[in-house]
Amino acid sequence: MSETALAEEQSSTEVSSSKIVTLRIAKFNPEHDSGQQYVDFKVPYERWTTVLDAVLDVKKHLDHSVAVRYSCRQASCGSCGMKINGRPRLACFTKISELNSDVVTVEPMNNYPIVRDLVVKLDKMFANHKKMQPYVIREDSEITAPTKEFNQTPEQLEEYIQFANCIKCGLCNSACPTMATDSSFLGPQALGQAYRYVADNRDKGKYSRLKIIDESHGIWRCHFAGSCSQVCPKGVDPAMGIQLLRGYLLGFRK
Amino acid sequence: MRESTIMKIHYGTALAAVVLVAVHVLFRVTMMNYEDSLAYENVLANYKYLPYAIMLELILVLLSVHGFNGLRVILLELKQGRSYEKAVTYGCIAGMAGLIAYGSRTILMASMGIT
Repeated sequence: MSETALAEEQSSTEVSSSKIVTLRIAKFNPEHDSGQQYVDFKVPYERWTTVLDAVLDVKKHLDHSVAVRYSCRQASCGSCGMKINGRPRLACFTKISELNSDVVTVEPMNNYPIVRDLVVKLDKMFANHKKMQPYVIREDSEITAPTKEFNQTPEQLEEYIQFANCIKCGLCNSACPTMATDSSFLGPQALGQAYRYVADNRDKGKYSRLKIIDESHGIWRCHFAGSCSQVCPKGVDPAMGIQLLRGYLLGFRK
Repeated sequence: MRESTIMKIHYGTALAAVVLVAVHVLFRVTMMNYEDSLAYENVLANYKYLPYAIMLELILVLLSVHGFNGLRVILLELKQGRSYEKAVTYGCIAGMAGLIAYGSRTILMASMGIT
């Protein structure tokens, strides 16, 4: 290898290659403002800088008033869901470098009431989630005597396991076109969770859950756009879960 | 009525309507020239031939049920609220019944030769 080539290679493995991105943050306080305003901030970033890092950088050095909800920073807690360049994503799971854009626009998620800036109210999503009875329903228990485990085969686990990965970030509800117009719609998050328990062979609450989702703003209002599954950061496919649930209601699945 | 029952009827009427409308269109293009199919005498002949009149009545019922339920679903997604939803549901049932009654009247009158 020539000396020049070696020098070039060494320079490409630099410690820092800071670039600058324009972070456009939507600011809105429903108590004072009449509408959303966008404020631009110039933020340095590295290959590994996430959008959440950039937002927190702004909050630390440029504008302390930016409201953002976050916690684990590793796509486990589902707190930092927001619209990044028009698409619902987790801010801690989205690197600025992968967006291939000089301007990164961050806005609160659609289909939720805004608390402030990037923070939205998730109450309705959690209420709908709770409505789905998100627990195994049966009369006996693993912890009552005589203690026994509820065994499952790998195939039985496979039926629902991807739906158990839901972190309740709410991105799917934000991407759902039905939720944009139908405020009473249960939403892909809740319906996906209904499927998770209906498909669990340990559960005996199938009919009670099917009754809950079989209402005028329930499962039948899904248009199968599939955007919920596209935006899920955990690879859950709520659109498929909804179609499989419909199979139970139409009598194709037992 | 449960929403799943309504949707089963919705899908069923769609499938049945596709089949019957296909039969209807095939009759138009195979029995005569397509442009002659709307000639006054030919239309009347359809109504006077009982099996065909029954098929037209079935198409009317299927499309009315399917169409008005579709309209109900669209309107329910457009706006929500207890009284609004009740009004939409009963309004659509009334519209469906009205259309079926008016269409049936036409079919009956034409088949009995009252024009």
